[in-house]
Amino acid sequence: MEANKGTMIVQLSGDFDKVFAGFTLASASAAAGMPTTIFFTFWGLKAIQKGNLTGKGFMGRMVGLMNRGGLQRLGPSKFNFGGIGRWMFKRMMKAKGVAGLEELRQACIDLGVKFYACKASMDVMEIRREDLIPEVADIVGAATAVKDAAAGSVQFFI
Amino acid sequence: MQGIKPDRVQESVGQACPMPIVNMAKNMRTMSAGQVLEIKADDEGAHADVRSWCEQTGNEFLGEENAGEYFRYFVRRKA
Repeated sequence: MEANKGTMIVQLSGDFDKVFAGFTLASASAAAGMPTTIFFTFWGLKAIQKGNLTGKGFMGRMVGLMNRGGLQRLGPSKFNFGGIGRWMFKRMMKAKGVAGLEELRQACIDLGVKFYACKASMDVMEIRREDLIPEVADIVGAATAVKDAAAGSVQFFI
Repeated sequence: MQGIKPDRVQESVGQACPMPIVNMAKNMRTMSAGQVLEIKADDEGAHADVRSWCEQTGNEFLGEENAGEYFRYFVRRKA
């Protein structure tokens, strides 16, 4: 297949809808044969966390508790209503044949999308490598994210 | 489209964006040059997306056929 320039997605948001957008664009991009990278930073890290409780110190543990990671726990940016919105959106998506976040993330992995985790965010939120899914390719800094973005022709910031 | 004999058929009826395309890409990766993939899909977005994907990846869009409940798209793998 014809070689294409790459796609770089910065996934800052950990909201259900915005992670959905990130994985959808990444899978479509990888499906088109473009080298695709997602750089997960700050709240976006939740999308590649296993879902266990995290944190070492008091504040880190509080963040881990209040902002627990894992795809199952992501709520929409609007109409979450303490989890009811998440349930509602999941139901509506399923009824319309729209793939869930787990399926989309797996599609990204199968198509070779590279997952990078932001080192600084992990330090701040006291998230360890073991808290992330094993498919994460590397833990990197902003310079690597910029290098990948420069090598590509498409950048999304979500 | 009557004359086309697909080498593989992909069932994507009931699937929404981006899964028909994701599965199409996965299928095409494991097929050889010249082989034809038929995609059955009822997602309206697939109309534009199958063509766009072919255009971008350099594969050949052979055409589509209205099968009533769904559409049949035919794509040939290039090199």
